[in-house]
Amino acid sequence: MDQPAIELRGLTRRFGERAALADVSVRLPVGATLAVLGRNGAGKSTLLRILATLLRPHSGRVSVLGQPLPRAAYAVRARVGLLAHEPLLYRDLSGRENLDYHARLHGVAPERVQRLLEAVGMGARADDPVRSLSRGLVQRLAVCRAVLHEPIVLLLDEPGANLDPQAAELIEPLVGGGNGRTCVLTSHDPSAAMERADLVLGLRDGRASFVLPPAEVTEPQLRKLYA
Amino acid sequence: MSATLAVLRKDLRLELRTFETLPAMVLFSLSTFVIFHFALARTTISGQLAAGVLTVTLLFAALLGAGRLFVAEREQGGFDAFLLAPVDRNALLLAKATAMFVFLVVLEVIAVPAFGLLLLGPPLGPRLAGLVAVIALADVALSVIGTLVSAIAIHTRARDMISPIIGLPLLLPALIATARAAAPVLAHRSAASPPGKWLLILALYDVVFALLSYAVFDFLLED
Repeated sequence: MDQPAIELRGLTRRFGERAALADVSVRLPVGATLAVLGRNGAGKSTLLRILATLLRPHSGRVSVLGQPLPRAAYAVRARVGLLAHEPLLYRDLSGRENLDYHARLHGVAPERVQRLLEAVGMGARADDPVRSLSRGLVQRLAVCRAVLHEPIVLLLDEPGANLDPQAAELIEPLVGGGNGRTCVLTSHDPSAAMERADLVLGLRDGRASFVLPPAEVTEPQLRKLYA
Repeated sequence: MSATLAVLRKDLRLELRTFETLPAMVLFSLSTFVIFHFALARTTISGQLAAGVLTVTLLFAALLGAGRLFVAEREQGGFDAFLLAPVDRNALLLAKATAMFVFLVVLEVIAVPAFGLLLLGPPLGPRLAGLVAVIALADVALSVIGTLVSAIAIHTRARDMISPIIGLPLLLPALIATARAAAPVLAHRSAASPPGKWLLILALYDVVFALLSYAVFDFLLED
Protein backbone atom coordinates (compact mmCIF):
# COMPACT_ATOMS: atom_id res chain seq x y z
CA MET A 1 0.00 0.00 0.00
CA ASP A 2 1.31 3.48 -0.91
CA GLN A 3 2.53 5.69 1.87
CA PRO A 4 -0.07 8.35 2.66
CA ALA A 5 0.81 12.05 2.60
CA ILE A 6 -0.87 12.53 5.96
CA GLU A 7 -1.80 9.92 8.51
CA LEU A 8 -3.52 10.57 11.83
CA ARG A 9 -4.23 7.75 14.26
CA GLY A 10 -6.13 8.57 17.42
CA LEU A 11 -4.88 12.16 17.42
CA THR A 12 -5.75 14.01 20.62
CA ARG A 13 -4.83 17.54 21.61
CA ARG A 14 -6.03 19.32 24.73
CA PHE A 15 -5.99 22.93 25.88
CA GLY A 16 -6.18 22.60 29.63
CA GLU A 17 -9.14 20.36 30.41
CA ARG A 18 -10.79 20.86 27.02
CA ALA A 19 -9.99 18.45 24.21
CA ALA A 20 -9.66 20.47 21.00
CA LEU A 21 -9.15 17.22 19.09
CA ALA A 22 -10.08 13.80 20.41
CA ASP A 23 -9.21 10.47 18.81
CA VAL A 24 -9.14 11.74 15.21
CA SER A 25 -7.97 9.28 12.56
CA VAL A 26 -7.54 10.10 8.86
CA ARG A 27 -5.43 8.69 6.05
CA LEU A 28 -4.91 11.06 3.10
CA PRO A 29 -3.15 9.81 -0.05
CA VAL A 30 -0.43 11.85 -1.77
CA GLY A 31 -1.88 14.47 -4.11
CA ALA A 32 -5.34 14.35 -2.54
CA THR A 33 -7.30 17.18 -0.95
CA LEU A 34 -8.91 16.88 2.47
CA ALA A 35 -11.68 19.29 3.39
CA VAL A 36 -12.09 19.77 7.12
CA LEU A 37 -15.57 20.99 8.02
CA GLY A 38 -17.10 22.00 11.31
CA ARG A 39 -18.43 24.85 13.39
CA ASN A 40 -16.24 27.48 15.03
CA GLY A 41 -14.14 25.82 17.73
CA ALA A 42 -14.57 22.35 16.24
CA GLY A 43 -10.78 21.87 16.11
CA LYS A 44 -10.08 22.68 12.45
CA SER A 45 -7.33 25.25 13.06
CA THR A 46 -5.79 23.10 15.80
CA LEU A 47 -5.52 20.23 13.33
CA LEU A 48 -3.78 22.48 10.79
CA ARG A 49 -1.37 23.79 13.43
CA ILE A 50 -0.43 20.25 14.46
CA LEU A 51 0.21 19.27 10.84
CA ALA A 52 2.28 22.46 10.41
CA THR A 53 4.45 21.39 13.41
CA LEU A 54 3.38 24.44 15.46
CA LEU A 55 1.53 22.36 18.07
CA ARG A 56 2.39 19.00 19.58
CA PRO A 57 -0.17 16.22 19.68
CA HIS A 58 -0.86 15.00 23.21
CA SER A 59 -1.56 11.46 22.15
CA GLY A 60 -2.01 9.42 19.01
CA ARG A 61 0.23 9.26 15.97
CA VAL A 62 0.72 11.92 13.32
CA SER A 63 2.86 11.52 10.24
CA VAL A 64 3.33 13.91 7.33
CA LEU A 65 5.00 12.62 4.17
CA GLY A 66 6.04 9.55 6.12
CA GLN A 67 7.76 11.59 8.85
CA PRO A 68 6.46 11.21 12.40
CA LEU A 69 5.53 14.39 14.26
CA PRO A 70 6.74 16.05 16.37
CA ARG A 71 9.99 14.04 16.21
CA ALA A 72 10.74 14.82 12.55
CA ALA A 73 9.28 18.36 12.62
CA TYR A 74 12.46 19.89 11.22
CA ALA A 75 12.34 17.68 8.11
CA VAL A 76 8.63 18.36 7.57
CA ARG A 77 8.76 22.17 7.86
CA ALA A 78 10.48 22.73 4.52
CA ARG A 79 7.78 20.71 2.74
CA VAL A 80 4.69 22.16 4.39
CA GLY A 81 3.07 25.53 3.75
CA LEU A 82 0.52 27.02 6.15
CA LEU A 83 -2.01 29.68 5.27
CA ALA A 84 -3.28 30.48 8.74
CA HIS A 85 -6.09 32.64 10.08
CA GLU A 86 -3.54 35.38 10.74
CA PRO A 87 -1.45 36.48 7.76
CA LEU A 88 1.85 36.08 9.69
CA LEU A 89 3.16 39.31 8.17
CA TYR A 90 4.76 42.33 9.86
CA ARG A 91 2.42 45.30 9.53
CA ASP A 92 5.18 47.91 9.36
CA LEU A 93 7.08 46.18 6.57
CA SER A 94 5.98 46.19 2.96
CA GLY A 95 4.67 43.07 1.27
CA ARG A 96 7.94 42.70 -0.62
CA GLU A 97 10.04 43.11 2.54
CA ASN A 98 7.92 40.51 4.33
CA LEU A 99 8.29 38.02 1.50
CA ASP A 100 12.02 38.73 1.16
CA TYR A 101 12.39 37.95 4.86
CA HIS A 102 10.54 34.64 4.50
CA ALA A 103 12.48 33.83 1.34
CA ARG A 104 15.72 34.18 3.30
CA LEU A 105 14.43 31.97 6.11
CA HIS A 106 13.43 29.29 3.60
CA GLY A 107 16.49 29.68 1.37
CA VAL A 108 14.35 30.71 -1.61
CA ALA A 109 15.76 32.79 -4.49
CA PRO A 110 14.58 36.45 -4.36
CA GLU A 111 13.31 36.26 -7.96
CA ARG A 112 10.48 34.01 -6.79
CA VAL A 113 9.17 36.83 -4.58
CA GLN A 114 8.69 39.11 -7.59
CA ARG A 115 7.10 36.32 -9.63
CA LEU A 116 4.61 35.56 -6.86
CA LEU A 117 3.76 39.22 -6.29
CA GLU A 118 2.94 39.56 -9.96
CA ALA A 119 1.00 36.29 -9.98
CA VAL A 120 -1.39 37.59 -7.30
CA GLY A 121 -1.68 41.04 -8.87
CA MET A 122 0.31 42.79 -6.15
CA GLY A 123 3.09 44.22 -8.32
CA ALA A 124 1.91 47.82 -7.93
CA ARG A 125 1.28 47.68 -4.15
CA ALA A 126 4.22 45.45 -3.21
CA ASP A 127 6.16 48.28 -1.58
CA ASP A 128 3.30 49.63 0.53
CA PRO A 129 3.34 48.81 4.25
CA VAL A 130 1.09 45.86 5.05
CA ARG A 131 -0.85 47.98 7.56
CA SER A 132 -2.02 50.22 4.69
CA LEU A 133 -3.45 47.33 2.64
CA SER A 134 -7.01 46.05 2.57
CA ARG A 135 -7.77 42.63 4.08
CA GLY A 136 -8.08 41.14 0.61
CA LEU A 137 -4.64 42.37 -0.44
CA VAL A 138 -3.13 41.13 2.84
CA GLN A 139 -4.69 37.72 2.17
CA ARG A 140 -3.04 37.67 -1.27
CA LEU A 141 0.32 38.33 0.41
CA ALA A 142 -0.39 35.64 2.99
CA VAL A 143 -0.96 33.18 0.16
CA CYS A 144 2.38 34.21 -1.37
CA ARG A 145 4.09 33.61 1.98
CA ALA A 146 2.49 30.19 2.36
CA VAL A 147 3.57 28.94 -1.08
CA LEU A 148 6.90 30.80 -1.30
CA HIS A 149 9.00 27.67 -0.75
CA GLU A 150 6.85 25.52 -3.04
CA PRO A 151 5.55 23.18 -0.34
CA ILE A 152 4.34 19.68 -1.22
CA VAL A 153 1.67 19.79 1.48
CA LEU A 154 -0.54 22.88 1.73
CA LEU A 155 -2.51 23.60 4.88
CA LEU A 156 -5.15 26.20 4.12
CA ASP A 157 -7.31 27.80 6.78
CA GLU A 158 -10.13 29.55 4.93
CA PRO A 159 -8.03 30.34 1.83
CA GLY A 160 -10.81 32.38 0.22
CA ALA A 161 -11.34 34.64 3.23
CA ASN A 162 -11.65 38.34 2.31
CA LEU A 163 -11.03 37.64 -1.39
CA ASP A 164 -13.27 38.90 -4.19
CA PRO A 165 -13.97 36.47 -7.07
CA GLN A 166 -11.21 37.96 -9.24
CA ALA A 167 -8.62 37.60 -6.46
CA ALA A 168 -9.84 34.08 -5.69
CA GLU A 169 -9.22 33.23 -9.33
CA LEU A 170 -5.70 34.70 -9.14
CA ILE A 171 -4.68 32.62 -6.13
CA GLU A 172 -6.34 29.41 -7.35
CA PRO A 173 -3.25 28.19 -9.30
CA LEU A 174 -1.13 28.75 -6.18
CA VAL A 175 -3.32 27.02 -3.61
CA GLY A 176 -5.37 24.62 -5.73
CA GLY A 177 -4.69 20.91 -5.82
CA GLY A 178 -2.99 19.13 -8.68
CA ASN A 179 0.70 18.74 -9.57
CA GLY A 180 0.91 16.01 -6.91
CA ARG A 181 0.34 18.59 -4.18
CA THR A 182 -1.54 17.45 -1.11
CA CYS A 183 -3.98 19.93 0.45
CA VAL A 184 -5.81 20.16 3.73
CA LEU A 185 -8.31 22.99 3.75
CA THR A 186 -10.84 24.28 6.20
CA SER A 187 -13.87 26.22 5.15
CA HIS A 188 -17.17 27.48 6.44
CA ASP A 189 -18.60 26.94 2.96
CA PRO A 190 -19.15 23.15 2.87
CA SER A 191 -20.32 22.92 -0.75
CA ALA A 192 -17.32 24.87 -2.12
CA ALA A 193 -14.89 22.87 0.01
CA MET A 194 -16.41 19.53 -0.99
CA GLU A 195 -16.21 20.50 -4.65
CA ARG A 196 -12.42 20.58 -4.34
CA ALA A 197 -12.01 17.68 -1.93
CA ASP A 198 -11.23 14.01 -2.39
CA LEU A 199 -12.01 13.32 1.25
CA VAL A 200 -14.10 15.18 3.83
CA LEU A 201 -13.47 15.20 7.57
CA GLY A 202 -16.40 16.44 9.63
CA LEU A 203 -15.32 17.65 13.06
CA ARG A 204 -17.72 18.27 15.91
CA ASP A 205 -16.35 19.31 19.32
CA GLY A 206 -12.95 17.92 18.35
CA ARG A 207 -14.25 14.48 17.35
CA ALA A 208 -14.48 13.09 13.84
CA SER A 209 -18.18 12.82 12.96
CA PHE A 210 -17.34 11.32 9.57
CA VAL A 211 -14.45 10.78 7.18
CA LEU A 212 -15.94 10.18 3.77
CA PRO A 213 -15.49 10.95 0.08
CA PRO A 214 -17.60 14.04 -0.77
CA ALA A 215 -20.13 12.05 -2.82
CA GLU A 216 -21.00 9.99 0.26
CA VAL A 217 -21.55 12.92 2.61
CA THR A 218 -25.28 13.32 3.16
CA GLU A 219 -27.27 16.47 3.87
CA PRO A 220 -28.38 15.25 7.35
CA GLN A 221 -24.72 14.60 8.25
CA LEU A 222 -23.81 18.18 7.29
CA ARG A 223 -26.81 19.62 9.13
CA LYS A 224 -25.86 17.66 12.26
CA LEU A 225 -22.27 18.92 11.96
CA TYR A 226 -23.35 22.56 12.04
CA ALA A 227 -26.35 22.14 14.36
CA MET B 1 23.78 32.08 10.09
CA SER B 2 21.68 33.35 7.18
CA ALA B 3 18.53 32.93 9.29
CA THR B 4 20.13 34.98 12.08
CA LEU B 5 21.03 37.72 9.63
CA ALA B 6 17.55 37.66 8.11
CA VAL B 7 15.88 38.12 11.52
CA LEU B 8 18.41 40.76 12.61
CA ARG B 9 17.96 42.71 9.41
CA LYS B 10 14.19 42.54 9.75
CA ASP B 11 14.33 43.70 13.39
CA LEU B 12 16.61 46.65 12.65
CA ARG B 13 14.46 47.63 9.69
CA LEU B 14 11.32 47.47 11.84
CA GLU B 15 12.97 49.66 14.49
CA LEU B 16 14.11 52.20 11.91
CA ARG B 17 10.59 52.32 10.57
CA THR B 18 8.66 52.49 13.84
CA PHE B 19 11.16 53.92 16.39
CA GLU B 20 9.28 52.08 19.13
CA THR B 21 12.22 50.96 21.27
CA LEU B 22 15.35 53.10 20.98
CA PRO B 23 13.83 56.55 21.55
CA ALA B 24 12.14 55.24 24.70
CA MET B 25 15.45 53.83 25.99
CA VAL B 26 17.31 57.08 25.22
CA LEU B 27 14.65 59.33 26.72
CA PHE B 28 14.47 57.18 29.84
CA SER B 29 18.25 57.36 30.33
CA LEU B 30 18.46 61.11 29.75
CA SER B 31 15.55 61.77 32.10
CA THR B 32 17.13 59.59 34.78
CA PHE B 33 20.44 61.48 34.55
CA VAL B 34 18.57 64.79 34.87
CA ILE B 35 16.70 63.44 37.92
CA PHE B 36 19.96 62.28 39.52
CA HIS B 37 21.56 65.63 38.70
CA PHE B 38 18.93 67.45 40.75
CA ALA B 39 18.22 64.74 43.34
CA LEU B 40 21.84 64.37 44.40
CA ALA B 41 22.23 68.16 44.52
CA ARG B 42 25.86 67.91 43.50
CA THR B 43 27.58 69.46 40.53
CA THR B 44 29.66 66.33 39.92
CA ILE B 45 29.84 62.74 41.10
CA SER B 46 32.68 60.24 40.75
CA GLY B 47 33.93 56.79 41.66
CA GLN B 48 31.49 54.22 43.02
CA LEU B 49 28.53 56.62 43.08
CA ALA B 50 29.03 57.58 39.42
CA ALA B 51 29.46 53.94 38.43
CA GLY B 52 26.29 53.01 40.30
CA VAL B 53 24.23 55.76 38.69
CA LEU B 54 25.46 54.89 35.19
CA THR B 55 25.05 51.12 35.61
CA VAL B 56 21.57 51.26 37.14
CA THR B 57 20.35 53.66 34.47
CA LEU B 58 21.64 51.49 31.64
CA LEU B 59 20.20 48.40 33.31
CA PHE B 60 16.68 49.82 33.52
CA ALA B 61 16.90 51.24 30.00
CA ALA B 62 17.94 47.77 28.80
CA LEU B 63 14.97 46.16 30.55
CA LEU B 64 12.73 48.69 28.86
CA GLY B 65 14.14 47.67 25.47
CA ALA B 66 14.09 43.96 26.25
CA GLY B 67 10.38 44.18 27.03
CA ARG B 68 9.74 45.16 23.39
CA LEU B 69 12.02 42.57 21.76
CA PHE B 70 9.38 39.95 20.98
CA VAL B 71 6.25 42.12 20.82
CA ALA B 72 6.05 42.12 17.01
CA GLU B 73 6.67 38.36 16.96
CA ARG B 74 3.83 37.80 19.42
CA GLU B 75 1.30 40.30 18.06
CA GLN B 76 1.92 39.88 14.33
CA GLY B 77 2.52 36.15 14.08
CA GLY B 78 6.30 36.39 13.77
CA PHE B 79 6.81 33.43 16.11
CA ASP B 80 4.67 31.12 13.99
CA ALA B 81 6.23 32.36 10.77
CA PHE B 82 9.72 31.74 12.15
CA LEU B 83 8.80 28.32 13.56
CA LEU B 84 7.43 27.26 10.17
CA ALA B 85 10.85 27.76 8.59
CA PRO B 86 13.38 24.93 8.53
CA VAL B 87 15.98 26.82 10.56
CA ASP B 88 17.73 26.40 13.90
CA ARG B 89 15.55 28.06 16.56
CA ASN B 90 18.61 29.50 18.25
CA ALA B 91 18.97 31.76 15.21
CA LEU B 92 16.13 33.78 16.78
CA LEU B 93 18.01 34.04 20.09
CA LEU B 94 21.19 35.13 18.38
CA ALA B 95 19.41 37.69 16.20
CA LYS B 96 17.39 39.16 19.07
CA ALA B 97 20.42 39.36 21.37
CA THR B 98 22.43 41.03 18.61
CA ALA B 99 19.61 43.50 17.94
CA MET B 100 19.49 44.27 21.67
CA PHE B 101 23.27 44.76 21.69
CA VAL B 102 22.99 47.20 18.76
CA PHE B 103 20.21 49.12 20.58
CA LEU B 104 22.38 49.35 23.69
CA VAL B 105 25.42 50.59 21.75
CA VAL B 106 23.33 53.30 20.06
CA LEU B 107 21.82 54.22 23.43
CA GLU B 108 25.26 54.51 25.05
CA VAL B 109 26.66 56.63 22.22
CA ILE B 110 24.06 59.21 23.29
CA ALA B 111 23.64 58.47 27.00
CA VAL B 112 27.27 58.22 28.14
CA PRO B 113 28.28 61.70 26.85
CA ALA B 114 25.07 63.05 28.42
CA PHE B 115 26.05 61.36 31.69
CA GLY B 116 29.50 62.96 31.46
CA LEU B 117 27.99 66.36 30.80
CA LEU B 118 25.30 66.27 33.49
CA LEU B 119 27.02 64.37 36.29
CA LEU B 120 30.64 63.50 35.74
CA GLY B 121 32.58 66.73 35.57
CA PRO B 122 36.05 66.47 34.03
CA PRO B 123 36.30 64.54 30.74
CA LEU B 124 37.45 60.92 30.99
CA GLY B 125 40.25 61.32 28.46
CA PRO B 126 42.34 58.13 28.13
CA ARG B 127 40.17 56.36 30.75
CA LEU B 128 37.34 56.24 28.20
CA ALA B 129 38.78 53.05 26.65
CA GLY B 130 38.48 51.27 30.00
CA LEU B 131 34.87 52.40 30.41
CA VAL B 132 34.06 51.21 26.88
CA ALA B 133 35.45 47.75 27.72
CA VAL B 134 33.37 47.52 30.90
CA ILE B 135 30.20 48.70 29.16
CA ALA B 136 30.73 46.34 26.21
CA LEU B 137 30.94 43.33 28.55
CA ALA B 138 27.90 44.58 30.46
CA ASP B 139 26.02 44.97 27.17
CA VAL B 140 26.59 41.31 26.34
CA ALA B 141 25.06 40.30 29.69
CA LEU B 142 22.15 42.72 29.24
CA SER B 143 21.52 41.50 25.69
CA VAL B 144 21.65 37.79 26.41
CA ILE B 145 19.71 37.85 29.69
CA GLY B 146 17.32 40.52 28.37
CA THR B 147 16.50 38.32 25.36
CA LEU B 148 16.06 35.21 27.50
CA VAL B 149 13.81 36.97 30.00
CA SER B 150 11.81 38.63 27.25
CA ALA B 151 11.26 35.28 25.52
CA ILE B 152 9.92 33.88 28.81
CA ALA B 153 7.78 36.91 29.61
CA ILE B 154 6.20 37.29 26.19
CA HIS B 155 4.17 34.11 26.70
CA THR B 156 2.65 35.39 29.93
CA ARG B 157 -0.25 37.75 30.45
CA ALA B 158 1.67 40.03 32.82
CA ARG B 159 4.72 40.30 30.58
CA ASP B 160 5.49 43.91 31.54
CA MET B 161 5.88 42.81 35.16
CA ILE B 162 7.54 39.47 34.52
CA SER B 163 10.53 40.95 32.64
CA PRO B 164 11.91 42.99 35.58
CA ILE B 165 10.84 40.41 38.18
CA ILE B 166 12.92 37.69 36.51
CA GLY B 167 15.50 39.93 34.89
CA LEU B 168 16.69 41.96 37.88
CA PRO B 169 17.78 39.01 40.06
CA LEU B 170 19.51 37.38 37.10
CA LEU B 171 21.30 40.62 36.24
CA LEU B 172 22.33 41.44 39.80
CA PRO B 173 25.79 39.80 39.61
CA ALA B 174 26.43 41.55 36.28
CA LEU B 175 25.29 44.84 37.78
CA ILE B 176 27.67 44.46 40.74
CA ALA B 177 30.60 43.51 38.52
CA THR B 178 29.92 46.39 36.11
CA ALA B 179 29.67 48.96 38.89
CA ARG B 180 32.83 47.67 40.60
CA ALA B 181 34.77 47.57 37.33
CA ALA B 182 33.64 51.05 36.28
CA ALA B 183 34.21 52.75 39.67
CA PRO B 184 38.00 53.34 39.40
CA VAL B 185 37.61 54.54 35.81
CA LEU B 186 35.02 57.12 36.85
CA ALA B 187 36.99 58.37 39.88
CA HIS B 188 38.27 61.95 39.59
CA ARG B 189 42.04 62.40 39.25
CA SER B 190 42.51 58.71 38.63
CA ALA B 191 44.47 57.06 35.86
CA ALA B 192 43.15 53.64 36.80
CA SER B 193 41.98 51.12 34.27
CA PRO B 194 39.14 48.74 35.24
CA PRO B 195 40.16 45.99 37.70
CA GLY B 196 40.91 42.76 35.85
CA LYS B 197 39.11 40.66 38.48
CA TRP B 198 35.73 42.31 37.85
CA LEU B 199 36.20 42.30 34.08
CA LEU B 200 36.90 38.58 34.26
CA ILE B 201 33.80 37.95 36.39
CA LEU B 202 31.72 39.94 33.92
CA ALA B 203 33.17 38.01 30.95
CA LEU B 204 32.56 34.67 32.68
CA TYR B 205 29.00 35.70 33.47
CA ASP B 206 28.50 36.55 29.78
CA VAL B 207 29.80 33.15 28.67
CA VAL B 208 27.77 31.18 31.24
CA PHE B 209 24.50 32.92 30.35
CA ALA B 210 25.17 32.73 26.62
CA LEU B 211 25.59 28.95 26.93
CA LEU B 212 22.58 28.63 29.24
CA SER B 213 20.39 30.66 26.89
CA TYR B 214 21.54 28.56 23.94
CA ALA B 215 20.60 25.40 25.84
CA VAL B 216 17.10 26.47 26.95
CA PHE B 217 15.88 28.81 24.21
CA ASP B 218 14.52 26.00 22.05
CA PHE B 219 12.19 24.93 24.88
CA LEU B 220 10.89 28.47 25.33
CA LEU B 221 9.49 28.37 21.80
CA GLU B 222 7.61 25.11 22.34
CA ASP B 223 3.84 25.33 22.52
